[in-house]
Amino acid sequence: MDTSVVELSRFTQTSPAIRQIHFRITNTSLIKHLISAPIRVVKTLITSAVMFQRRHIRTTATLLALLGLLIIVGCTPSHPQSTFDAQGPVAQRQLDLFMVTFWVAAFIFVTVGIGLIYTVIRFRRKPGQGIPKQVHGSTKLEIGWTIVPIIILGALAIPTVMTEFYISEPPAGDQLTINVVAHQWWWEIEYPESGVITANELHVPVGTTINVEMTSNDVIHSFWVPKLAGKMDIFPGKTTSLWFRADEVDEYFGQCAEFCGESHVWMKFRVLAEPISEFEAWQQKQLADAAKPTTPEETQGASTFVAKGCIACHTISGVLGAAGVIGPNLTHMGGRGTIAAGTMEMNQDNLREWLSDPNEVKPGNIMANSPMSLAYTNPNFALTAEDINNLVAFLHSLK
Amino acid sequence: MASIAGALRRPTSPTGLWRWMTTVDHKKIGVLYGVSSFLFFLFGGLEALIMRVQLARAGHDIVSPEVFSQLFTMHALTMIFLGVMPLSAAFFNLMVPLMIGARDVAFPRLNAFSYWVFLFGAIVLQSGWLLGGSPNVGWFAYAPLTSSSFSPGNGMEFYIVGLGILGISSVAAALNFIVTIINMRAPGMSLMRMPVFIWMTLITSFLLITAFPVITVGLIELYFDRTFGMNFFNSAAGADVVLWQHLFWVFGHPEVYILILPAMGIVSEVLPTFSRKPLFGYPVVVLSGITIGFMGWAVWSHHMFTVGLGPIANSVFAITTMSIAVPTAVKIFNWIATMWGGSISLKTPMLFAIGFIAMFVIGGLSGVMHSVAPADAQQQDTYFVVAHLHYVLFGGSIFAIFSGIYYWFPKASGRMLNDRIGQINFWLVTIGFNLAFFPMHFLGLDGMPRRQYTYQSEMGWDLWNLVSTTGSLILAIGILVFLHNFFRSLRHGEIAGNDPWDGRTLEWSISSPPPEYNFATIPTVHGRDAFWEEKYGHDGMNVPASVEASNATEEGHHGIHMPSPSYMPMIAAIGLSVAGYGLIYHFAASVVGACITLVAIFGWAMEPPAEPTE
Repeated sequence: MDTSVVELSRFTQTSPAIRQIHFRITNTSLIKHLISAPIRVVKTLITSAVMFQRRHIRTTATLLALLGLLIIVGCTPSHPQSTFDAQGPVAQRQLDLFMVTFWVAAFIFVTVGIGLIYTVIRFRRKPGQGIPKQVHGSTKLEIGWTIVPIIILGALAIPTVMTEFYISEPPAGDQLTINVVAHQWWWEIEYPESGVITANELHVPVGTTINVEMTSNDVIHSFWVPKLAGKMDIFPGKTTSLWFRADEVDEYFGQCAEFCGESHVWMKFRVLAEPISEFEAWQQKQLADAAKPTTPEETQGASTFVAKGCIACHTISGVLGAAGVIGPNLTHMGGRGTIAAGTMEMNQDNLREWLSDPNEVKPGNIMANSPMSLAYTNPNFALTAEDINNLVAFLHSLK
Repeated sequence: MASIAGALRRPTSPTGLWRWMTTVDHKKIGVLYGVSSFLFFLFGGLEALIMRVQLARAGHDIVSPEVFSQLFTMHALTMIFLGVMPLSAAFFNLMVPLMIGARDVAFPRLNAFSYWVFLFGAIVLQSGWLLGGSPNVGWFAYAPLTSSSFSPGNGMEFYIVGLGILGISSVAAALNFIVTIINMRAPGMSLMRMPVFIWMTLITSFLLITAFPVITVGLIELYFDRTFGMNFFNSAAGADVVLWQHLFWVFGHPEVYILILPAMGIVSEVLPTFSRKPLFGYPVVVLSGITIGFMGWAVWSHHMFTVGLGPIANSVFAITTMSIAVPTAVKIFNWIATMWGGSISLKTPMLFAIGFIAMFVIGGLSGVMHSVAPADAQQQDTYFVVAHLHYVLFGGSIFAIFSGIYYWFPKASGRMLNDRIGQINFWLVTIGFNLAFFPMHFLGLDGMPRRQYTYQSEMGWDLWNLVSTTGSLILAIGILVFLHNFFRSLRHGEIAGNDPWDGRTLEWSISSPPPEYNFATIPTVHGRDAFWEEKYGHDGMNVPASVEASNATEEGHHGIHMPSPSYMPMIAAIGLSVAGYGLIYHFAASVVGACITLVAIFGWAMEPPAEPTE
C-alpha cells in the first residue's frame, strides 16, 4: 500500500466502501485507468453515433456541416478571404470540387481511422499470449486494396479534369479585359478598352465575365481573390491570364499569394463589383483630370508634390510634370477606399502615417528606400511636418 | 616511398575527440550523424517557434519582416537538409550493415567523408546568420527574386554553396549504401529477403544520386547568373523564369520521397516486431516503395498548378499525382494488416509507428486534395499547404524517426530509453503537433497565405493562429521531455541486452552495443526475418534453435581486421568548405581549398593500412 493512502486512511473512518476504493486505486495502475477510460468513452460514442446516424442521417449531416463551418470560421465574424464564401462561378466550381474531395477524404479518414483504432484495441497483447499466427499476406486483399483506391481516384479525376478545362478559358460572350501589372508591392491596373489607369482597386461590373491579363514588373507575384477565383501566378517577361465573374455587388479582398520579398504581406488589393451603370460612371470619372486644389493647403500640397520630386514616380493628370510611371497613378487617389495597396483605409490620419514613415507601414518599399526618391532619401528634400499636412490635404482631395 | 608512407601513417589507437574525428566505423559515424542532425533539428525547431510566437497575435512585432523571411527560409532548409535527411542517414549508417549482416559499409572512409562534408556544408549554409544575413527568399528560391538585383548580399551564396556541398555529401553516401546493400549482404540474404528498411534505403539512395544533379545544375546556373552576370533566369534578356521552378521541383519532389521512404522503412520494421507478426504483403510493400520512387519523378508540376502551364499539363500532373496515392494507400493497408491478428505491444516505438500511420493518412489525404488541380488553385501557397506538408514531414518522417530512435537506441547504446517518459513524450508531441498544425487547414481555407510575417485582425485569422502557437509550445515541451529521457537513459537506462524487443532482424542477434566488428561470424540467412526464424523457426512452428551461440561467444574475433581510422576524409571535407567560402568571398580561397582536398584525396589513396595490433 502506498504511504499516502495509509496516511489518508488514518484520518478517515475506514468504512468498507472506502476501503474498497483504496483497494481499487492502489491495485490497478493509474496508467491502465488513464488508457482504458478514454477507450471506453470512444467506444460508447461510436456506438451511440452509429445508432443516432441510422435514425437521423439528415439531421446529423446538417449538424456536422454546421459544426464544421463553425470550426472553420472560428468565432470571429469577418472572413474577407474565406474560400467557403464563393461569390462567382469560378470560385464556386472550385469550392464544389473541394467539397467532393473533402467528403471523400473524410470518409477514407474515418474508415481507416476506425480500422486502425479497432485493430490496436482488439489485438493488444494479453498476458501470457503466445506467438500469433504468422500470416504473410493475401493476394486477394492486395488486389482489392489496390483496385479500390484506383476506382476512387479515377472517379475524382473526372470532375478534376472537367473543372480544370472550365476555369482555364473564359466562356464565350461579353467580357471585359483588364490588364494587371504586378509591382513590388502594389498593383497597376489598366482598362485597355477605356484607357483608364488606376492602382490596387479593380472596379468591375457585376455579372460580367472579367478576363485579367497579367504580367510582372519585377519578381513573381500571384493574383488571388479567394471569394472570386483561385490564384494565378504573374511572371516578368510573359503574360498569364485568369477569369472570374462577381455575382454579387460587394467589395472583395485580394492579396498577392506568391512570396515576393519583404513586404509581400502588404501587397493587397480589392475588387469592387458594381452595377454596370455605376461602373461606367466610375470609368468616366477616372478619365477626367485630377480635381483642382481648392483650399490653400491643397494648393501648397500640389506644389510640394512637384517640388519634392514626387512627380518623378507618380502621375497626376492635370498637374504639370507629374507623369512618373514608377509608382501608382494618383490622379484619383482620394477616391480609393485604401492606401498602400489595400493595407490601410483611406483617410487623412492614415495618409499622414504613410507619408511620415512609409518604411514603417511597408518595409523595404521603393518610395522609402530608393535614392531616386528624393523626399525620403535625400536630406535636402526631406518633408517637413507642414509639407506632410499639405500633401495629405492635397492627395485626399483627389477624389 | 617509405617516407611518404611514413608521413601518411594512419592514426593509431587515438582517444577522445581524435577517435571520433578519425573514425571510419559506421556505428560511430551513425552516432555523429544522429547527434549533429538532432542539434540542427532543435535549431530548426527554435526558428519555427520564433515564427509561431510572432504569428500568435495579429500585428505582433517580435522579429522584423527581413528576419522573418530568413527564418522561414532557413527553417525549411534546416529541417529538410540538416534535420530529416541526415537523421535518416544516421539510421542508414547505424543499421544497414547490422541488418544485412556486414561488418561495415563498402567504403568506410567515403562514409566518414560524407559525414564531414555534411557537417561543413551545414556550417556553410548556417553561417549566414553570423556573416551578414541568411537567404531570405524561401527554400524554393524562385527566380528572379534570387537575382543579384533583388537579393543583394551573400544570403543566396550561402544557399547555393551550402546546398551544393550538402549534395556532394548525399551523393557520396548514397553511392556507398547502394554498393553496400548490393554487395555486402550476408550469404543467403537475397534481395527479397532484405528487411524493408534496407529496401527503402536502397530506393532512397537511388533517388538521391538522380535528384541531386538536377538541383546542382540549377544552383550552378544561379551562381553564374549572380556572379558572372549570365542570363539563365534573367527575363529581361529573354529567359523564362519558370525554368528554375522546373529544375527545382524535378529535384524537389523526389526529395519529398527521400524524406519519407526511410520513415516508411522504419515503420515497416517496428510494426512487425511489436505485433509479433511478419510484415503483411512484403513483396507488395517493396514494390510500392519502388513504384513511389519511380513515380516521384512524374509529379513535379503539381507544385506549379498556378503557374499557368495550361489545362492539359495540369490535368496530366493531377492524374499522375493521384496515382501516386495508390501505392501509398497500399502501404498503409499492409501496415494495418500487419497489426491485424497480431499480439500488439504498445511500447513507445510502436506508439510512434501507429502515430505515424494516423498522421500520414491525414497528410496523404490532404495531398490527394492538392492533386485536384482546380481546387488546389485556392490552396496553393496558403496555410493549407503548410498543414499538409507538416503532416507528411513531421507527422510522417519525424514520428517515424522518433519510433526508430526508441527502437534502435538500445542497440546503439546498450541501454533502454525509459518507456514511461517515452509515453509522455509521445502524447505531448502528438497533441502539440495536431494542435499546432490541424488549425492551419482552416487558416488556409480561410485565405491566409504562407510566408506572412504578420496579419491584420480584420482577416479573422486570430483564433486559429493562437491555437496553433499554443500547440507548437506543447510540441516543444514534448521534445524537451525526449531530451530529458535521452540523457537520463544514456546514464541510468535499463541495460538492454541483445534482443530487448524480441526482434526479427539480424541486428538483434548481436550484443548491444555491437562490437566493432559487428558479427564475430557472418550469419547465414535462411529467410526473411532472419533472426526471428532462427529463434522460432519458420512461421513459429519450431522450437527455438540455439543458433545465437556462435555470435554470443566472443570466440574467433581475433583475426578480424577492421578498417583503420583516417584523417583524410575530414581534411578533404575541410578543403571543400574552404573552397566553398572561396566561391562566396574570393576565388583564391577556392584554389587553396581545392588543393587541400586534392592533397587529402592523394593521401587517402596512398595511406597504408595500419599494422594489425596483434
